[in-house]
Amino acid sequence: MTLNTAPTPTAVRQLPQTAPAKRRKGKSPYPYWFYLPAAVVYTALFLVPTFASFFFSFTRWTLTDFTFIGLDNFIQFFQEPALLKGLTNTFIYGLVTSVLKVILGMLLAVLLTSQIIARGYLRSVIFFPVLLSSIGVGIVFTVLMDPRNGMINEALAAIGVQGPAWLTDPAWALISVALVDVWKGVGLAAVIYIAGIVSIPQEYFEAAKMDGASSAKCFFNITLPLARPATATVIILSLIGGLRSFDLIWAMTKGGPGFTSDVIASVIYKQYQAGFYGLSTAGNVVLFLIVTAIILPLSMFLNRKEVEQ
Amino acid sequence: MAVKMAITSTRRWTVLAGGLTAAAMALTGCAGGSAGADGGTKTITWLVDNTETALTNAEQIAKDFNAANPSIKVEVETRPQGAEGDNIVKTRLSTGDMADVFSYPSGSLFHQISPEQNLVPITNEPYMANVSDSFKPVVTAGKEIYGVPVSTGNAGGVLYNKKVYEKLGLSVPKTWSEFMANSRKIKDAGTEPIIQTYQTTWTSQLFVLGDFANVAKAEPNFATDYTANKTKYATDPAAVKGFEHLEEAAKAGLFNEDFASATYAQGLEKLANGEGAQYPILSFALPELKKTYPDKINDIGLFPLPGEDASKNALTVWLPGGVYIPKSTKNVEEAKKLQAFIASKAGCDSQTNAVGANGPYLVKDCALPKDVAPAVADMLPYFEDASKNSPALEYVSPVKGPALEQITVEVGSGIRSAKDGAALYDEDVKKQAKQLNLPGWN
Repeated sequence: MTLNTAPTPTAVRQLPQTAPAKRRKGKSPYPYWFYLPAAVVYTALFLVPTFASFFFSFTRWTLTDFTFIGLDNFIQFFQEPALLKGLTNTFIYGLVTSVLKVILGMLLAVLLTSQIIARGYLRSVIFFPVLLSSIGVGIVFTVLMDPRNGMINEALAAIGVQGPAWLTDPAWALISVALVDVWKGVGLAAVIYIAGIVSIPQEYFEAAKMDGASSAKCFFNITLPLARPATATVIILSLIGGLRSFDLIWAMTKGGPGFTSDVIASVIYKQYQAGFYGLSTAGNVVLFLIVTAIILPLSMFLNRKEVEQ
Repeated sequence: MAVKMAITSTRRWTVLAGGLTAAAMALTGCAGGSAGADGGTKTITWLVDNTETALTNAEQIAKDFNAANPSIKVEVETRPQGAEGDNIVKTRLSTGDMADVFSYPSGSLFHQISPEQNLVPITNEPYMANVSDSFKPVVTAGKEIYGVPVSTGNAGGVLYNKKVYEKLGLSVPKTWSEFMANSRKIKDAGTEPIIQTYQTTWTSQLFVLGDFANVAKAEPNFATDYTANKTKYATDPAAVKGFEHLEEAAKAGLFNEDFASATYAQGLEKLANGEGAQYPILSFALPELKKTYPDKINDIGLFPLPGEDASKNALTVWLPGGVYIPKSTKNVEEAKKLQAFIASKAGCDSQTNAVGANGPYLVKDCALPKDVAPAVADMLPYFEDASKNSPALEYVSPVKGPALEQITVEVGSGIRSAKDGAALYDEDVKKQAKQLNLPGWN
């Protein structure tokens, strides 16, 4: 079929000006029907539900029928007593997990790119928790973190430290879950950093050593700035993960004790469980807007810096 | 070339269309409650929650029903308990994917599954004559009745270890202050006075829910006013007592030390072994106690959560759940036969056989065996005299907030004050009232 569109000599001469313009106008290398399956799937599974959820967030919905009630759901959602707690907790959780993942991920990556024994083995060990299911991790750590019979507190007691009631003390519950999240996710951060560090040309380090730079200087002046793209990726991934975090929290505390470790997603889920479908859909719309409002400028900021480099 | 092209693209389309159809069928045809007929026997499905008691009960009924009706086989399916299970039932009903019959609580939860829209009315079925009149209101929506009772009536009260009481020479408390005095003595003797198990959050609600009989005796119009949004937990002096008692007991340090991390199963263990003395809980716990600690069940007694006035000491009663038929079923006749069996003496006997009698049946002619457990015997006098009991609030008002268990955990753990907790619960129920479109709430 492409034989028919073989370029004439004139076309060849015009190519430098017209071809890029033509392509931008949408002259695709594929026929349109080629896009159809993807378009059908995308419309059915993403576009329709997205717009449907915007619509249903303005209704009182019982799955079978709905009444249009304007902004009532949003008003109700913002009056939700657990919401303020959930919002603060969401930000604390997102911040704690991403900061720790950046720091620990970086340190682990430096360690695992150095010349140590069993490096390949250690690299895979650090990545294993990432492969586990969150629910499984949550259940296991709930047992380990039991204040009386849990292995963690028994180990602490053996060295004479009285461990806190990790998941049942309101002051600790959220932090405990965040720490487990870091344990589970730091492997991914480390792998991203390893890739970033390995791609830094060795010449820089050699040159720095010639000039008599210490290891610390090498780290702060070469590794850290040149691994910036990796840092941007890790921050964005873990912040998005932290802001929409739900599975670990649900498996470990169900937002408890009381409401003390509730995040927005668990507040919404509880409303959905209670059958307030319109209200919980409104909550999801709000969550979507919040995540977009944070991630979009952050991602633009981090990526712009990358280009300037 | 063009011809060849056309063929290949047609073939691709066929493959694609076939694939999509298969995917669509896989998506829509998920495990339905469809019945299969083989050799004259029909199979119908029955969805129950996955508690050991409910499952054993249902399987025994299914077996005995099949013996009486050899042409119908009942297959028992299970679903999770609590809010997750409620959600599954609601979803399966609204997608027309429900089993042929299903068990579900009566009262406020029953109203949340849109009975008039989803269920087959059975008001005029002959077997409804067997059903106790006190049960009918809690499965009625509009003018129609929709369910028959399965399992027995229950109570929300305090299960206590009689051996601990005997050893310390205590008598059953009739007022809140007697209850507190008893608890202090138990604490001084080195036993955990009040068992609380906040890892299983629903168990934290008993101080509030089980206190309702006291509220109803003090203010007979509370339920009606509450449904009409004319009274509130936080402002009503009788209603707020439940929250205040919980706070008082917590502040006095009368709970087991590990109340925050203990589970329901651990609570039952403490009670049975006498490590803990009193456990405010639903009497649904009795069959589980009997199964796990068969030699200890005779040590366990029951008394109502005491209020202020000894002369009005009343028990808060939980009515049995119902068995309902969804409109989506194709086997209405068979399903009705199963309902008729459950609402008959043979049905009660089958249940007593399976899990023992744990309270009075709400079906006529169903007598209890002589040798019921002591805790059940403690309950019966309250059931027999209407002035000594009141159904729990969820059976007399459709207004029930979903977050009570988190709120009571907070009050019991000292995170939130009783007054605050009650006010927060009043906010919580607004959502339910609005979802149900009740008058007076918009």
